[in-house]
Amino acid sequence: MTKEAIQAPQQKAADIAPPPRARSTLALLSRPDALVSLGVILAAILIATFAPLIAPHNPNQHNLNEALKAPFFMKDTLPGYWLGTDGLGRDLLSYIFYGFRISLTVGIFSIIIATVLGVSLGIWAGYQGGRVDTALMRLADFQLSLPLVLVALAVIAIFGPGVGKLILLIGLVRWTVYGRTVRGSVLATKELDFVEAARAAGARPWEIIVRHILPGVLTPILIISAVELPRVMLLESTLSFLGLGVPPTVPSLGGAIAHGYGFLLSGYWWLTVLPGLALMIVVIAINLLGDWLRDVFDPRMQN
Amino acid sequence: MRKFLFKRFFQSIGVFLAVSLVVFAMLQFAGDPVELLMGEEGSQEDEIRLREALGLDKPYVVQYVLFLKNALRGDLGISYHHGVPAMSLVIERIPATMELVLTAILISIILAIPMGVVAATHRGGLLDRIFLSGSLRGISAPPFWIGIVFILVFGVVLGWLPTSGRGGLAHLILPAGSLALYRLALFIRLVRSGMLDVLGQEYVTSARAKGLAESVVVFKHALKNTLIPFITIAGLQMGSLLAGAIVTERVFAWPGMGRLILDSIQKLDYPVVMSWALVTSAIFILINMLVDISYSFVDPRVRTN
Repeated sequence: MTKEAIQAPQQKAADIAPPPRARSTLALLSRPDALVSLGVILAAILIATFAPLIAPHNPNQHNLNEALKAPFFMKDTLPGYWLGTDGLGRDLLSYIFYGFRISLTVGIFSIIIATVLGVSLGIWAGYQGGRVDTALMRLADFQLSLPLVLVALAVIAIFGPGVGKLILLIGLVRWTVYGRTVRGSVLATKELDFVEAARAAGARPWEIIVRHILPGVLTPILIISAVELPRVMLLESTLSFLGLGVPPTVPSLGGAIAHGYGFLLSGYWWLTVLPGLALMIVVIAINLLGDWLRDVFDPRMQN
Repeated sequence: MRKFLFKRFFQSIGVFLAVSLVVFAMLQFAGDPVELLMGEEGSQEDEIRLREALGLDKPYVVQYVLFLKNALRGDLGISYHHGVPAMSLVIERIPATMELVLTAILISIILAIPMGVVAATHRGGLLDRIFLSGSLRGISAPPFWIGIVFILVFGVVLGWLPTSGRGGLAHLILPAGSLALYRLALFIRLVRSGMLDVLGQEYVTSARAKGLAESVVVFKHALKNTLIPFITIAGLQMGSLLAGAIVTERVFAWPGMGRLILDSIQKLDYPVVMSWALVTSAIFILINMLVDISYSFVDPRVRTN
C-alpha cells in the first residue's frame, strides 16, 4: 500500500520527462566518460572491420632478420613498424589490429547466437509454461552452475580449436542469461490486461509475442549484451592464450600475449604488455558504456 | 536436516554419474591415444598389443562399465604417459591448487569487506569513486595478463618476488594475488551494493533514531546482514576460481591440477582427464553442499522449505 503510494509520483515524473531518445542523447552528452568509451568502441569496430585495409603489414609475414624490434617510443626501432616486431618478425601493430577482428567477431557473433537462442527459448518457456518451462529452466540452472572456462576448455580440447566452434560453443552456453530474463518478462507481461485484450480480440500467439512481448525485452537484452560482450572477449583471449581458442595460425590478442610472454624474461616486455593493454582499453570502454546504458534505461539500478 | 543431507548425497551421486558419462563420451571424439603413443615407429602387432593392454579394443559400453567398476574401487587406470595411477597423480596436485585458490579467495574477501563498507558509507566520496573505477578496471583486464604484468613489475623490474614455481609464502604472493584481483573487484561491488541496500532499511533508520553510534549501526546492524548473502556468493565463486586457477597455474608454472590437466588434454591421457573431471566435480559438489548447509544455519527460512 505504502509502496504504491510512493511509486505513483515517480511514474508521473516519468510521464513528463523527455522521450527516451532525447533523454539518452542528453545523458550521453553530460557523461564525458561514456562519450570517450563510445569513441573507443567505434574505433575498435572500424579497426576490426577494415584491418586488411589499414594494417601496415601482413600480420602473418615472418621476417626473422627483423625480429624483436622495439616500438616507436624506444631505441632500436624499425621504420614503418610502429609497435615493433615480435619474435618471428611479425608487425605487432598489424597483429593487434587483426586480433581485434577475432575478439570482436567471436564476441559479437556468439552473443547474437546466445540472444536468438535465449529469446526464443525464453519466450517458449514463459509462454508455454508447464513441463517445457521446468525442463528449460533446469537446463539453464545446470549450465549456469558450470564455469564457462572449464566447459570451453573441455570442449575445445576435444573438438580442436576453431573460430566457428568457439562462437557456437559460447552461444550455446550463454543463452541462459538471456533465456531467464526473457522468460521472466514474458511471465510478467502474459497476464497483463492489454495482452489479455489482444488475445480476446483474436490475436494469434506470435502476434502477441512480436507486438506486445518482444518490445518489452529489448532494453534488458541490450543491457545484458553490454555485460556479456566484454566477458566473451576476455574468455576468447584466455582460451587463445592457452592455445585452446582460435587456431595458432589466426592472429589473436591472447595468442600475441602468449607469444610475448615467452620473451618477457629477455626484456621484450612490450610484446606481451601492449596486446593486453589494447584489449583492456576496449573492454573498459564497453563496460563503461554498459554502466551508462543501465543508468539511462533502468534508473532503478542506478548505483 | 538429516533428510536434507540424504537428498543432497543422492543428488551428488547422480551428478557424478552424469559427469563421468559426459566426459567419457566426449573423450571418444578426442582422438586415438594409441596412435599418439606409438608415434611413427612400432609395428602393427605392437599397436594391437598396446590397444589390448589399455582395454581400448573393447566396445565403448564395455569400456565405460569397466571404468565405473574400477572407479568404485578408487582405481581410474594408469596414466598413459606417467605410468602411475591416474587418480594419485591428480590427488597429489590438489594441495597446490587448493593452496592457491583458498589464499586467493581469502585475500579477496578480507580486502573487499572493509573497502566495500567504506565505499557504501561514503557513497559518492573520493574513496568510493576510486574503488568503483578501480574495480571496473579489475574486471576489464584479462586475468592471465594481470599475472604477467605482476611478473614484469614485481619479478623482473623490482626483483622482489619469485615468479614461478611453488615454495614458501613468497612464491604464493604473485599467483594468489593475480587470481584474487578479479574476485576482489567483484566482491567490492557486491559488499557495497549490499550495504547500500541494508542501510536503507527501516530497522537501520530506527537504530539510528535510538541514538546508537554510527559505528554500531554500520558494523553490528548493517554489515552483519550484508555478509550472509555475500559469504554465499563468495563460496560459490570457488568454482570459477578453480577454473581460473588453470590459467594462473600456466602463467606462474604452479604445479597444480590445472597444469596437469592442460598437459593431459594435449597428450590425450584419458585416465588423468577422467580422474581430474571426477575430482573437480567432487570438489564442486562439496563446496555447493557446504554453502547450502551453512546457509541453512544462518537463515532459518531455508530449513523449513
